[in-house]
Amino acid sequence: MDLLLLLQQTLNGLQLGVMLFLMAAGLTLIFGIMDLINLAHGSFYMLGAYLTAWTMGLVDAFLPAIALALLITAAVGFLVEVTALRRLYGRDHLYQVLATFGLILFFNEGLKLLFGPQPIFLQPPAWLSGQVPLFGAPYPVIRLAIIAVGLASALLLWWLIGHTRLGMLIRAGADDREMVQALGVDIARLFGLIFALGAALAALAGAMAGPVLAVRIGMGEDILILAFVVIVIGGIGSIRGAFLGALLVGLVDTYGRAMLPDLLAMFLERTVADAAGASIASMAIYILMALVLAFRPRGLLPARS
Amino acid sequence: MRNALSAIVAAAAVAIGSAAPTPATAQQELRIGLLTTLSGPGSGLGTDIRDGFRLGLEHLGGRLGGVPTVVIEADDARKPDVAVQKTDEMISRDGIFLMTGQVWSNLTLAMMPTLARNRVFFISPNAGPSALAGKQCNPWFFNTAWQNDNNHEATGAFVQKQGYKSVYLLAPNYPAGHDAIAGFKRYYEGEIKGEVYTPLGQLDYAAEIANLRAAAPEAVFFFYPGGMGISFIKQYAQAGLIEEIPLFGPAFSFSQDILRAVGEAAVGAYNGAQWSPDLDNELNKKFVAAFRETYGRLPSLYAAQGYDTALVIDAAVRNAGADWSDKATFRKALESVVLETTRGAFRFNVNHFPIQDFYVRRVVKLDDGTITNRVVEKIFEDHADAYVGECRMR
Repeated sequence: MDLLLLLQQTLNGLQLGVMLFLMAAGLTLIFGIMDLINLAHGSFYMLGAYLTAWTMGLVDAFLPAIALALLITAAVGFLVEVTALRRLYGRDHLYQVLATFGLILFFNEGLKLLFGPQPIFLQPPAWLSGQVPLFGAPYPVIRLAIIAVGLASALLLWWLIGHTRLGMLIRAGADDREMVQALGVDIARLFGLIFALGAALAALAGAMAGPVLAVRIGMGEDILILAFVVIVIGGIGSIRGAFLGALLVGLVDTYGRAMLPDLLAMFLERTVADAAGASIASMAIYILMALVLAFRPRGLLPARS
Repeated sequence: MRNALSAIVAAAAVAIGSAAPTPATAQQELRIGLLTTLSGPGSGLGTDIRDGFRLGLEHLGGRLGGVPTVVIEADDARKPDVAVQKTDEMISRDGIFLMTGQVWSNLTLAMMPTLARNRVFFISPNAGPSALAGKQCNPWFFNTAWQNDNNHEATGAFVQKQGYKSVYLLAPNYPAGHDAIAGFKRYYEGEIKGEVYTPLGQLDYAAEIANLRAAAPEAVFFFYPGGMGISFIKQYAQAGLIEEIPLFGPAFSFSQDILRAVGEAAVGAYNGAQWSPDLDNELNKKFVAAFRETYGRLPSLYAAQGYDTALVIDAAVRNAGADWSDKATFRKALESVVLETTRGAFRFNVNHFPIQDFYVRRVVKLDDGTITNRVVEKIFEDHADAYVGECRMR
């Protein structure tokens, strides 16, 4: 494999990582701070993609369409928190898993009723459709846009959590919920806001990934598993950890798929190497997770150390 | 309160009573299990099969072979363990006479032992793994669609005929993926520049597309059904490769559910298939028009297969006559089905897989903006699969 191809694959890995980060950031916020296992996070991702496709039809401009989709998803997220999840915080995680799994079924069936069972059409707008030459090959502009949006969200979250009053409350709520409540902070409203923020982040991931991936019922479940791997590797509740974990998972997955069959072919017969390489590559991120957990059981950058 | 309670108990008793099969009702009605993927990834395929089958049953007046037919539908969520569990349920609780609906080869292979052990017929409207066509061919298994390799063979023969000197091959890493590549290579003799297997349900193909570009083949053959196909075609077009290296695939990679979601990116691509919405026969015209009217979308080949499956079962029950519920009689009747279907002439080979014609289709954009497939040529006539010789039906 020559150097240019290696650079291209590195860029692909980083881009996949940034896309995963968008998804994982909201998940880790909700899981780490509210201690809520939210399996329905993937549903908000799906909602973001579907709503973007729908609002594109209404306003016919990509950015306003995304903004509208984000707003609606945040509102839906807030509503879900108030009506369904609020009463589950004190309970065992199993109740939360059951309830949010129910939400997955609800959203899947609901969108199927509204949009039909077949995948729907969502393409990037014309100004994001071309390619630019990068490392000796044309690189899709939409993927550069995903990288830019992902990095911008990371910066925004860093600022929000580290340098604003809301962020201070979020950090305090994560450390000692009762003390924050005793100091007169409306923790219920705070959690509602965080949940809505998490839903909006998932919707942003869906809106950005939608033009690249298939927009279909159940699209959230595939990426949800990856997002959980990311936050476990990074350290639950830590935005920085989610960022590092996402980039690692993106790179390991991409390198594995791009190179393992060729590497194995040096020792094995070609057909065996192709099949074995594919199998091992699909395990690579889980092996990475196992290794991280073996040496750092709380993840690479745990939230409360 | 007491009245309400006893009403519920009575209703429950009726419900249980009607669900429990007795020998008498088994004679009077045909109970069919339709287990397919209705939620999550791949649900577009399962829904099309289900809708096609429903339409077929409706066109036959709710009676297959004149026998009142009850269809028990269930969702397998594309998970083998769920499929096996629901199969058990449908056999023991619902008392099904035959099973159909299945989309996926890995689920089909997982369900087969349970069905064969319980002497329940399995008529697959889609999955046709090579194992069940060859050495492990099974008296309880029939396929009304194709053997997995067939549509890939058709594409391979076409790419060979077009004179492309090298190809790059991609498929998911599961039984049907390996069948796909084997099928393509059986009829393509040029250079293979790469053979890539990706995990089932993979989202992003940037890594594979970068490697593919570096390998510089003359053509690309890919087998990605459902969401995988949508992601791959979108990303291939976004990488600017569609004008440089043409895409070829089986019908599954360019079926109607995919075309709706990728738009113009797929226009011009050639794909091998046993069916096309424009195949010129009366039954097909009726099917396409009725499907469009009933469900508000164009049918895919999966929908046509679901419809044809209802026709095949109908013909088998009719062949068998009054004694249809005798399993040996029904098997003989099914084996000897010769029928005009939406795809034209249909009959079973000795391994219970179809013998039929195959076509090459091209993705086109119609004047009204619809993107769909049109037949270009017939590539195989009365084509049988490559594994039938290994089958010793016991």
